[in-house]
Amino acid sequence: MKMSEVPGNLKYSKEHEWVRLDDDGLVAVGITDHAQEALGELVYVELPEDGGELAQGDACVVVESVKAASDVYAPISGTLAGTNGALADAPELVNQSPYDKGWLVRLTPANPAELDELMDAEAYRLFLAESAD
Amino acid sequence: MLNVIGVADTEALFDEIPAALRIDGLTGIPAGMDEAAITRLMRVRAEKDGGVVSFIGAGAYEHHIPAVVWDIATRGEFYSAYTPYQAEASQGTLQVIYEYQSMMASLTGLDISNASLYDGATAFAEACLMAVRSNRKCGSRKILVSRSVNPVYRAVARRITAGQGIELVEIDCRDGQTEQAALDKVQDREFAALCLQQPTFLGTLDAVDTLTDRAHAKQMFVIAICNPMSLSILTPPGEWGAAGADIACGEGQPFGIPVSSGGPYFGYMTCRQPVVRQMPGRIVGRTVDVEGKSGFTLTLQAREQHIRRSRATSNICTNQGLMVTAATIYLSVLGADGLQRTALQCHANTKRLVQKLGALDGITVAFEPFFHEAVLQFDRPVGPLIEALARRKILAGYDLSSAYPELGHALLVCATEVRTTEEIDACAAAMKTVMNDPVTA
Amino acid sequence: MSEPVIFQLSAPGRRAGGHAPAHPPAADLPERFLRRVAPLLPEVSELQVVRHFTRLSQQNFSIDTHFYPLGSCTMKYNPRICNRLAMLPEFSERHPLGAVEHAQGFLECMYELQDMLKAVTGMTAVSLTPMAGAQGEFAGVAMIRAYHEARGDCDRCEIIVPDAAHGTNPATATMCGCTAVEIPTGPDGDVDLDALRKAVGPRTAGIMLTNPSTLGVFERQITEIAGIVHEAGGLLYYDGANLNAILGRALPGDMGFDVIHINLHKTFSTPHGGGGPGSGAVGVNERLEPFLPVPVVGRDGGRYVWLTETQRPQSIGRLSAFMGNAGILLRAYVYMRLLGAGGMRRVSEFATLNANYLMKILGEAGFDVAFPARRASHEFIVSLKSIARETGITAMDFAKALLDRGFHAPTTYFPQLVPECLLIEPTETEAKEELDAFAAALIDIREQARTAPETIRAAPVSTPVRRLDDVRAVRQLDVAWRDDAGSNG
Repeated sequence: MKMSEVPGNLKYSKEHEWVRLDDDGLVAVGITDHAQEALGELVYVELPEDGGELAQGDACVVVESVKAASDVYAPISGTLAGTNGALADAPELVNQSPYDKGWLVRLTPANPAELDELMDAEAYRLFLAESAD
Repeated sequence: MLNVIGVADTEALFDEIPAALRIDGLTGIPAGMDEAAITRLMRVRAEKDGGVVSFIGAGAYEHHIPAVVWDIATRGEFYSAYTPYQAEASQGTLQVIYEYQSMMASLTGLDISNASLYDGATAFAEACLMAVRSNRKCGSRKILVSRSVNPVYRAVARRITAGQGIELVEIDCRDGQTEQAALDKVQDREFAALCLQQPTFLGTLDAVDTLTDRAHAKQMFVIAICNPMSLSILTPPGEWGAAGADIACGEGQPFGIPVSSGGPYFGYMTCRQPVVRQMPGRIVGRTVDVEGKSGFTLTLQAREQHIRRSRATSNICTNQGLMVTAATIYLSVLGADGLQRTALQCHANTKRLVQKLGALDGITVAFEPFFHEAVLQFDRPVGPLIEALARRKILAGYDLSSAYPELGHALLVCATEVRTTEEIDACAAAMKTVMNDPVTA
Repeated sequence: MSEPVIFQLSAPGRRAGGHAPAHPPAADLPERFLRRVAPLLPEVSELQVVRHFTRLSQQNFSIDTHFYPLGSCTMKYNPRICNRLAMLPEFSERHPLGAVEHAQGFLECMYELQDMLKAVTGMTAVSLTPMAGAQGEFAGVAMIRAYHEARGDCDRCEIIVPDAAHGTNPATATMCGCTAVEIPTGPDGDVDLDALRKAVGPRTAGIMLTNPSTLGVFERQITEIAGIVHEAGGLLYYDGANLNAILGRALPGDMGFDVIHINLHKTFSTPHGGGGPGSGAVGVNERLEPFLPVPVVGRDGGRYVWLTETQRPQSIGRLSAFMGNAGILLRAYVYMRLLGAGGMRRVSEFATLNANYLMKILGEAGFDVAFPARRASHEFIVSLKSIARETGITAMDFAKALLDRGFHAPTTYFPQLVPECLLIEPTETEAKEELDAFAAALIDIREQARTAPETIRAAPVSTPVRRLDDVRAVRQLDVAWRDDAGSNG
């Protein structure tokens, strides 16, 4: 089984989202390499409106492949500060570059402690290995 | 086969059904019949119902259906095919639907059509659900519906949307025209959509351009309900007002589907491109195969129940495939020219009927202009008149008194292109007799 | 040779003669209401229409041309006489709003159909109006809610759904303003009773079940399930998709179901028509009878009448403009009269025999049957997971390879619980030779998967088109022909 990429500087949720704390204090969110692999080639990404409040665990984005549509959940609570407009014309960016160009949303975190509850890279790798078929 | 399976008889195959639940046979079902016997039976039953001349529309219209339509639509390859999930094995069905979608999009003046829904009433209900989902700028769960819309459609929509907390509010219709003053009073963003029917249920022509512009100014979508036959003559919803309606829907039965006691029909729905992901129903798209050859497949399936399950846009699992096949053949045989002539002949025949009836004492024509259907007002209740004409095997029209009490004693009449001048004149003569007869009137 | 899109056959001014009246004017219609540009419709001769659509039909697989073992769809032969009699002119030309005096023949058929559907389901009342299975489900759940609300029990808004259920079930629950609560299925294919006991409570409106289930096996503990749900105050909804398996053998009413929808286009052989129309008549017991959707056909002395909101004030209302898919109901009526009581038992007998035989020979040929220790109902599941792991060839590949061998594929990837599955339903109208040939084809494909997998991955090669680019279909959406560019983008 191909090992999926798990960058060391990010945090991870059990729903296969990654989280990156940026220099400006905002947090970027996307889905992991494992997730994009499982979904297959994306044809559409439904992004939320700016300014909305999200609680941890709220469904905030829908990613759509030909055969499936999946919810992406907010790994932490916060206010939506921006969404990746490039995905409108190129949803495949999520497949090609899930941790970089394929980011989904940016949030102003409501509760910094929630970041500590997320898994680090090592823990996520372990989590993937344990859930493997 | 029993040996291979390893059982003594077929009864053993049902041994997992608890004994208490197993029955020895059905009660209340007659013995089977052979083809000849059932044919005799059905002919006897059919004969009881024949020979009626109909002057009623009200959502179902009798048109001549060219022989070729059902001869081809009932070919086994169309009739007994399944939903085209295995696209390579279903290119016939898929291409027919693509051609149908193209025709409906063009007829309504909008960008995209789905592969059909159950009927006009449910298509309207689904359009209301769609407008609430799509009109995010507005965020309202209320829909404004003109009383000019078919009363049964309003009832069905109310029923279907009730479970999702959506409220349908009515706006009045006076003299066959939606009340603009009432529309002007609504707040910005108060309603997700305004629903208009053109021609109205009463056969009148509403000020759709003005109404569309005013609705858009208040962040409302516009849902247009149109008899598709009329779209051969009238301005299509996509060209209403400055920006056009957002969703068009209605009953597709006039296109090659017999009136057949109310079904099976098909509902059509078309929309502007930006809201296509909120449109329910199947959609066929054109693409290429691995050799670059053009082909067709179901697309945008991620909206549907078999993928989204509880998050689906709707629970719909079917389109009216067979009816759409017939409609596409019908539209191909008639073409734009044939459709236009048919619509104009319906109009001419209705005009003749209205003129003859309106000339009788006690009957006046309620509204003009009208198209395809018209309202006649009477000096006495129409119920008994309808019954008296029914005894003469004439279906006189639709009694409007319960749905539109403000019109008094009123009848909605329609004469399609299949009605002859003799039949129309005979109807007027019969009405005259019945109205003059102190016993039956 | 692919068939052009019909607009490509058009020539300006060309017409199919003899189908439209002369051209009357519309001088009395104000200009502002009139269309300025004609719609895009074909301009072709009648012969061109005939050739075009005949050729298109020849590109389809259908029951009339191919074995079509789609699990859960019941692709049985549609007797031609059903179509002919349903389309007798007096039936097809009858306006839905016609006088009841002129509908006695039609209404008699409908009344008898109601009675026969009651008899095969063990229910006390039937409404014929829902126009499809999904609409029947909607009616069923709406009636359950109406029942609870009428008793002041307004908190009940959870519908329990097994994880193996058809996608329409949870979608319907949502449409009715309920929440779908999923419960797991056990390894033997029966619903997990412990999970069910935990899931029921004061918020339970009801449970939606198919029996035999979507896994192709009979829910042996159905009586216990009914007890658990009823005791918690909920009602039982039966999804009639698999009624063919038990027709004349067991009655859902006896199992404890309170409401059922019947898929007439499955069990009662009305045409699938390339995706519809269906018909989802609903049956109920006494508890739910007042809530049935209208209109229902009643009898008043020797006359047949419509029962509407006036006679049924608690009805959940109308689901369609008229009374449902009348023409389809007539086809089902004719089919049921042809079969009779004995014929209906033969339906389930042979449907079950064919499924068990096919399951046995595939099992012996080394395919992984999902529930080998259980009887097949009228359908069964084969998992191709181990073959997929061994060869990389998936259920989808198998399906495509079957097309090349002249068989329509079974249902694939449903139920989602069994990975790489085929849900196979032969139906009762297939001969043994067909089943043997189908099994041989699957065995051959498996052999090819092991020795020459690229040939299977390339399938189908003999169909009018090969595998299609689904991604491009979405990304470059072309869903309507445009004359200018050839098609829109």
